[in-house]
Amino acid sequence: MSIRPKSTDAIEKMRDAGQVVAEVLVRLQEMARPGVATGDLDAEALRIITSRGGRALFHGQPHPRGGRAYPGNICISLNEELVHGIPGPRRIAEGDIVSIDVGVEKNGWCGDAARTFAVGDVPERTRRLLAITEEALEAARREARAGLLWSAVAGQIEALVTSAGFSIVTDYVGHGIGSAMWEEPRVPNYVGREMLRDDFLLVENMTFAVEPMVNMGGRHVKEQEDGWTVVTADGKPCAHFEDTFIVHRDGCEPLTRRTERSGEDESGNG
Amino acid sequence: MAKDIIRLEGKVTEALPNAIFRVELENGHKVMAHVSGRMRMHFIRILPGDQVTVELSPYDLAKGRIVYRTG
Repeated sequence: MSIRPKSTDAIEKMRDAGQVVAEVLVRLQEMARPGVATGDLDAEALRIITSRGGRALFHGQPHPRGGRAYPGNICISLNEELVHGIPGPRRIAEGDIVSIDVGVEKNGWCGDAARTFAVGDVPERTRRLLAITEEALEAARREARAGLLWSAVAGQIEALVTSAGFSIVTDYVGHGIGSAMWEEPRVPNYVGREMLRDDFLLVENMTFAVEPMVNMGGRHVKEQEDGWTVVTADGKPCAHFEDTFIVHRDGCEPLTRRTERSGEDESGNG
Repeated sequence: MAKDIIRLEGKVTEALPNAIFRVELENGHKVMAHVSGRMRMHFIRILPGDQVTVELSPYDLAKGRIVYRTG
């Protein structure tokens, strides 16, 4: 399978979209305190995205199996919720782990990223879960470069997670991204015979979202009755980190983290 | 937003040319499915009546590929 690289123009636009994603993630992490409703975070995300000329990419996303379209603007998943949690009246409590997943489309191009963090004190094992999942994403940032097969990177992610005694989720995967949120290829965080069949070569200027999803307990997950929220089958905590990356000849670069340039822009504006 | 790997159980109802099969899924949907490369490599024969696992294309839910013969 070969993946088409993006044009210079497309890459610049994806950088713009990525900076909006990064701004939302930073802002919401500051806001997320005990007593704050997840719906309030969702509203703030929408406000920022709209004011930057973007569109909340997840809103209205069709359900993969024909259920109702996604009703929120972003995804907020707490504790045993892995991904696709729908924001609402639920209030964040001391000791929760909060996962925020943000997708933005701006000028026709997309960015998608997620962070998981603890609110207040959490047990040591939970802190370790967050650190390992973040490190798994970091392994991708460090290792991915043009000319490598994705499986070489995925193998490192998987080894890192399993050697810490945690489980990689296999029912959900990362994805190519560009003018649509979900493009080819599928980007798994593990190596298996089935996924090797779809292995792909990293090429310069391809863009994709890497998103390790890690469970403290077993790897199994299930979908809640709302049709979207995915929870761990054993009810144990889980974590999710994601960035949109562009592949370069000698490495890769996250497009959904704040750059020095974006810091300057902000001070210039206000 | 993470991508769902959509995999469902079904039963082969008809063999069509070019290793394409009509499969009726457990949820009642009917899809056209080809056989995954790996299964072809191992010469696993699929006949009408076989229970199979189908991975649906996230882009076209009427199309899929058979990844396992389960029965």
